[in-house]
Amino acid sequence: MSRISSIFSQPGHKAFIAYVTVGYPSIEATLSTVSLLAENGCDMVELGIPFSDPIADGVTIQKASFHALKNGVTPERCLAVARELRQQVSIPLTFMSYFNPILHYGQENFCNDCASSGIDGLIIPDLPPNEGGELESLTQKHNLDLIYLLSPASTEERIRLIAQRSRGFIYLVSVTGVTGARNALPSDLKVFLSRVRKVSKQPLCVGFGISTPEQAGQIATVADGVIIGSRIIQLMDSGEPDTAQQIQDFARGVRKELDQ
Amino acid sequence: MTAQDEPSFVSSSYFGQFGGRFAPETLVPALDELTTAYKKIQGDASFWSEFDSLSHDYSGRPTPLYFAEKLTDHCGGARIFLKREDLLHTGAHKINNALGQGLLAKKMGKQRIIAETGAGQHGVAAATICARLGLDCVVYMGEEDIRRQSHNVFRMKLLGAEVFPVSSGSKTLKDAINEAMRDWVTNVRNTYYLLGSVVGPHPYPTIVRDFQTIIGKETREQVMAKCGRLPDYIIACVGGGSNAIGIFHPFLKDTEVQLIGVEAAGRGIAVGKHAAPLIAGSIGVLHGAKSYVLQDEAGQIRETASIAAGLDYPSVGPEHSYYKTTGRIAYDAVEDKDALSAFLLLSQIEGIIPALESAHAISYAGKIASSLGKDKIIIINLSGRGDKDMDIVSEAMEKKQ
Ligand SMILES: Cc1ncc(COP(=O)(O)O)c(C=O)c1O
Repeated sequence: MSRISSIFSQPGHKAFIAYVTVGYPSIEATLSTVSLLAENGCDMVELGIPFSDPIADGVTIQKASFHALKNGVTPERCLAVARELRQQVSIPLTFMSYFNPILHYGQENFCNDCASSGIDGLIIPDLPPNEGGELESLTQKHNLDLIYLLSPASTEERIRLIAQRSRGFIYLVSVTGVTGARNALPSDLKVFLSRVRKVSKQPLCVGFGISTPEQAGQIATVADGVIIGSRIIQLMDSGEPDTAQQIQDFARGVRKELDQ
Repeated sequence: MTAQDEPSFVSSSYFGQFGGRFAPETLVPALDELTTAYKKIQGDASFWSEFDSLSHDYSGRPTPLYFAEKLTDHCGGARIFLKREDLLHTGAHKINNALGQGLLAKKMGKQRIIAETGAGQHGVAAATICARLGLDCVVYMGEEDIRRQSHNVFRMKLLGAEVFPVSSGSKTLKDAINEAMRDWVTNVRNTYYLLGSVVGPHPYPTIVRDFQTIIGKETREQVMAKCGRLPDYIIACVGGGSNAIGIFHPFLKDTEVQLIGVEAAGRGIAVGKHAAPLIAGSIGVLHGAKSYVLQDEAGQIRETASIAAGLDYPSVGPEHSYYKTTGRIAYDAVEDKDALSAFLLLSQIEGIIPALESAHAISYAGKIASSLGKDKIIIINLSGRGDKDMDIVSEAMEKKQ
């Protein structure tokens, strides 16, 4: 069983998955935040490799990505960050990256270096399974999970395709839209989840737009996990001296809601 | 060449190894829906008769193939003809595609249209067609382009479009496409994305090309009627590549016709300030398609530079990348200063003010014309007129003095 699958092996346990952009606001902040999250109930972290043209991201992650790029963050440095984190935390780590940096790095080399750096999986928002064949076989060779995304706009046929091809879990995008904290949860989430459950036994995690522990708790009543990104970036962003405390409180709050 | 010989059909998302659909899952069903709708209109006589009649009476087709006698004399070599897309309604070839896709959107029952624009020509074309067809129009445009093509911004607003400035990244065409894609991902259920060039995920490169091949079809008939034979060269500027593929496509199987696409060399390929992915780029994925892309060692998209906002883009249509690798189309690049000289030259000796984009093709044609015999024929696709460029050109002329 992969490290990612093992999160979902305990019955009733709901996964808390966090996203951070590597190098935002600094490499040190990424390292300390991931450790902090892992110590406070987070089950997995997505490490965002910044990209110049993040078409699936809202303003928060766009800003974080541009900042990280200005700080000189590259896929190589992200791999180095992963290696360092692997010494500190035991939770699964994935990369979230647009496809071009991976293609440019070389898909085979990238998978190889991910595996040797302690990365467990990849999430690539602009790589639907129709284009992912090559990366899929390479990830399998290197024991990485390639996690595909589903959208409320996906047809039944695509739900079946993605359920069959995704590894680790399926990433359900809560709304048609880009990443970003939102005030309200979409009303049709239940319907979306039940459409996917009908054809898949894979764990289903919901992301995009989740901003409070309460929302996480609500989603956990129907999903196997929640993914929170922009809200965490905003907390890291605050610039206040008690950022670490805020992140810790937030993570504990999410854990508590998920455990109820 | 029959359609079967071509690698690029609406049922295939690839041109050789280029193209594809590297798009967020949310867009995939919409792209499928678009593909289906586009296939459906292939056999829909009423669609094409409306397209033809509006092309004729509204856009102003066919456009003339003009023998540029003064330019020919000036260069002292091959005979030069201009395909006058600059005479179209709204001033550029962009209206061909905007009309086709506007009608398609209407067939699909989509009321809200979004578009990106660089030079503003596609934005103006989209806003125009939306006004004519009674559709709502939102245009994304980089802040840098809003500044340098402000005349077109006013036109779009006048036509009833909403223009959203884009302040991220390089604030040019690339960023406008990013923002349009984010809008589409969000409003995909009721929105039609009217993409302006042969870029983006499948089926856009095919759809946009098909609506632009009218340029090449007319050119073929016109040159046969005027000269009794095919031309020796056809030259067009390449931003995303829609005017170029539009004029080239009907000549692809005529191997005696040399097809040359001209990219923007900006301030110079050597100094790295340009927009020439086919000349100085490498294979990558941007905006949903695999193609030649300008990128750095880490796979980040590089900033571009060109005096012509419509060429200021770090990638290019995947079909061009394909024909670069097969060698059927040759590509070169022209610097800002040479485009500017060609802009002035055509204005002064032919009384035709070209778009700065098209001036790249004119400059290149002028260079080769002088070395060719008088029996040779060159056709330049004059993709647009230069009214929009007055500010940029007067600024550049002041700097020179
Ligand atoms: C007059 C003109 N020519 C050419 C272009 C470049 O686009 P394409 O390469 O798709 O023809 C533009 C784009 O704005 C334009 O306005």
